[in-house]
Amino acid sequence: MDRAVVIGGGLHGLSTALHLARMGWTVTVLERRHVGRHSSGINAGGVRRLGRDVREIALSQIAYEMWHDIVGLVGDDCAFIPSGQVKVAESAADMDKLAAREAEVRALGWTHEELIGREEVRRLLPAIAPHVIGALICRGDGAANPMRTVMAFRRAALEAGAELVEGVAVNAIRRTPSGLAVDTDRGSYEATRVANCAGAWAVHIAHQVGDAITCGVKASMMMVTERLPRFVEPTVGATARPLSFKQTESGTVVIGGGRQGRCDVETETAVVDFRNLAGGARTVTDLFPSVRDVRIVRTWCGIEAKTPDEIPVIGESPSCPGLIHAFGYSGHGFQLAPAAGAAVAELMARGATNLPVAAFAPERLITRVAA
Amino acid sequence: MTDLAIIGAGPAGLSAAIEARRHGLDVLLLDENAAPGGRIWQAIERRTAKDKDDTAAQATVAEFRACGARATFGATVWCIEPDGSVFWSAGGKAEVARAKQVLVATGATERPLPVPGWTLPGVMTAGAAQILLKTSGLVPQGRVWLAGQGPLLLLYAVQALAAGGRLAGVIDLGAAGAQRRALSHLGGALRAPDYLRRGLMWRRKVAKGGVPWIRGRDLRAEGDGRLARIRFTDVHGERTEAADMLLLHDGVMPSVQITRALGCAHRWNTAQRSWAPQTDAWGRTSVANVVVAGDGGGIGGAQAAAISGRIAALGIAATLGRIDDAARDAAASGLWREQAKHLAVRPFLDALFAPLVPAPADDAIVCRCEEITAGRVREAVSLGCLGANQLKAFTRAGMGPCQGRMCSATVCEVIADARGVAVETVEPYRLRFPTKPLTLGELASLHDG
Repeated sequence: MDRAVVIGGGLHGLSTALHLARMGWTVTVLERRHVGRHSSGINAGGVRRLGRDVREIALSQIAYEMWHDIVGLVGDDCAFIPSGQVKVAESAADMDKLAAREAEVRALGWTHEELIGREEVRRLLPAIAPHVIGALICRGDGAANPMRTVMAFRRAALEAGAELVEGVAVNAIRRTPSGLAVDTDRGSYEATRVANCAGAWAVHIAHQVGDAITCGVKASMMMVTERLPRFVEPTVGATARPLSFKQTESGTVVIGGGRQGRCDVETETAVVDFRNLAGGARTVTDLFPSVRDVRIVRTWCGIEAKTPDEIPVIGESPSCPGLIHAFGYSGHGFQLAPAAGAAVAELMARGATNLPVAAFAPERLITRVAA
Repeated sequence: MTDLAIIGAGPAGLSAAIEARRHGLDVLLLDENAAPGGRIWQAIERRTAKDKDDTAAQATVAEFRACGARATFGATVWCIEPDGSVFWSAGGKAEVARAKQVLVATGATERPLPVPGWTLPGVMTAGAAQILLKTSGLVPQGRVWLAGQGPLLLLYAVQALAAGGRLAGVIDLGAAGAQRRALSHLGGALRAPDYLRRGLMWRRKVAKGGVPWIRGRDLRAEGDGRLARIRFTDVHGERTEAADMLLLHDGVMPSVQITRALGCAHRWNTAQRSWAPQTDAWGRTSVANVVVAGDGGGIGGAQAAAISGRIAALGIAATLGRIDDAARDAAASGLWREQAKHLAVRPFLDALFAPLVPAPADDAIVCRCEEITAGRVREAVSLGCLGANQLKAFTRAGMGPCQGRMCSATVCEVIADARGVAVETVEPYRLRFPTKPLTLGELASLHDG
C-alpha cells in the first residue's frame, strides 16, 4: 500500500503531505508540538528569488510560478502580494557588487534580477533615505503571511486526505520487512516512505539512521512594529548589511535580515540578543528615517537548520532507503516550499523527480569517518 | 557592574533598596513613573497623608530617598537578559546596565473583565480611574457605574466619594456563596484584623454616600461609538441604566511579563486563579540571579510586599557574601512572622473575591488590540486550536501592541472552557522581550552607545 509518514508539521512537511495526498497516498504528518511552531510560522514570509544561491534559482523559479497561483494550490492567497523585492545600494562599492551579481545571473540565462538607478529607487521607495543610489530588484517577488501560509497548507493537506498528529515526538526510524516504522512516544507508524522535514531537529533523525550529515542551526532575529499607514510596498534589503524590511497587509512592519539570536536546540528555545538587534534597528533608521519613533511591539527568533553551504538537503537517505531528507533551508526555505514539497513527494512516490533538486543531494554533506 | 538592579519602586522595590543599602550593596533602581511609590503609593510624596498607612508610606519613601540607592525614574525597563543585563528606555534613549542580581518588583496588574462592550470609550478599569484620581485629582463626571468585585473597587468608590465625586451605583458581580465560603477562613483573617475593619468601614462609607449596591450578573456595556447605557440582570430581572462611565474591576494578578519572558518557572495559584513565578523563601526564581518580591510573586498587598522586599534583599546580600547566612536568618525571622500575619487574611479575601471565571459572550471582544471576540476563539478551538500560542496563528489574538498582556488570562479561560480542560493546562502566550513598547530609534541608540 502507498503509505507515507512525514516527520515535521512545518511548511515543508505540510507541502510534501499535500502533494503526496493529492497523488493518492495515505499520509500521516507527525508534529512534535503544533503546526508552524518554529520557523515556518514566524519567518519573514519573503517570496524571494532575488539574490539566491545560483544552485537554487531553478527551483525558486518553479516555486515562483506556483506562488503566482497559490490559490489554485491551497485555496487561499496566503496574503501573497507580488510587490517586489529590492536590495538597495548605499555606496558605490554596493552598486558594483549588485552590478556584478546581475551580470552573473544574466550569464546563466536568467533575467529576473534587474539593476535600477537612483530615480527608479525613489519612485518605488519614496520613504528611502537620500544616500541610496541604486538597487537590484526582482519585480515579481514579494511577501506572504507566513502563519497564514502554514495554516493554508495545513488545511489543504487535511482536505486532500492527509492525517495530522500533533504533540507526538519521533524517537527512531526502523527498517521492517515491509518497509519502515517510525517509533514515537505514542506508538509506531508503519510506512513504505518517510520524509524527514524536521527542520532544526532533522539532523538528529538523519544521524539516528546512520547518515552523518553535517548541519548546524540558525536563529534569525525578527521584530515587528505597531501598525502604520502604508508607506512602503516592496520588501527591502541592503547590500552591505543584513536587512529585510517589509510592511504587511495589516500595516505592521516586519524587520529581519539574518542577525542571529541565541538558540538552544535541546530545549527548543531561542532568545533575542538585543545588543545585536540594535544594529538592525540602526540599519532601519538609517534607511527609513521616518520610522525612528515607531514602536517595536514584539521580537522573536525561530530555530532552523543551516547547512555548511547554505543550500538545503533534499534527497534519499544513503543509509535508509525509503527515507527522504528535506531540511536545511538555511533561512530561505519559505519561498521554495510549494516546489520543494512537490519534489520531495515525487521522490517518495516515484523515486525520482524532474524538478531541479539534484544539487541538494545529501551525500555532499556526509563525511566518511574511517572505521 | 552593579550589585543589585531593582525593577519597580513600589513598596517591595523601595523596601528592598533600603535593606540592601544597609548591607552596603550598590543599588540601581528603575521605575517608569516620575516618582517613587508604584501604583499603591502613587504620588505619595505630593499627597497629604490621610491615615497611618499614608504616613508610613511617606516615611518609607523618605528613607529610600536618603538611602544612597541610585534611582532612575521615567525609565521603562523592556528587557532583562540572563547575564544580568537590564535594558531600559528613558527620554527617547535606550540604556543597558549589568547587575549581579536582579530584583523584579513589578507588582500586580488588573485582571481583565471582558463584558460585551468593554472596549467602548467610557469604559475603563477601576485601577486606571484610581491612577487618574491619585496623580491628577481627576474625579469622573456624569452617571458613573462601578462593576465587578474586589477591594480596589470598594476603595476606589470611597476615594472618589471623598474627592467629591458621585457614583450611580456599584454592581457586585461576585459569585453567589462567596461570602459563605469566605467565612470558613475568618479565623485566619482575624489575625490581621485591620483588613476586615477597613473593608467594613469602606462598605459603610459607600452606603452612607447613598450609592446603591446591587448584586448583578450578565453585565453588558452598550452605546453607539461610546458608552450610553449598561444592561445587567439583578434579583428583579433585566435592567437597563443610562451610563456615562463604567469602571470595571475583578481583582489583581501578579504581573509576570518579565519573569515569563525570562523563562522563570511559574506555578498556578488556584485560589487566586493566576500564575506566579515559582520562588524559594528568599524570592529566588528558577533563573539564576533573578529574584522576585512583592505582588509580582503572588498577591499579598502592600504591607506584605514591603516585607518581602526586605526579605529578598537579605537573601541577595547573603548570596553576594555581604552577610553570612546566620545574620540573614536572624534578620529575617521577625520579618517572616510579620509577613505571616499579613498573609493570614489572604485565604479569606481570596474566597470572598474569588475571581470571576470569565465566560464572555460570543460577541465580547477578548483581544482588544486585534479585536478578536470570544466567539472567534471558540471557533478556533473547534478547528483544533489547543492553546494561546496556536490561537495567534488562527486569529492574530495576542499579536497586537500589548503582546497579550491584556488578554492572556481571558483567552486561556475561554480555550479551557471550550476544550473542557482545566485552565492551568492551557499554555499561555509565550511572552518575549521587549515587555514594554520600545521605539526603533531607542533601540538603534543602543548601537551607538
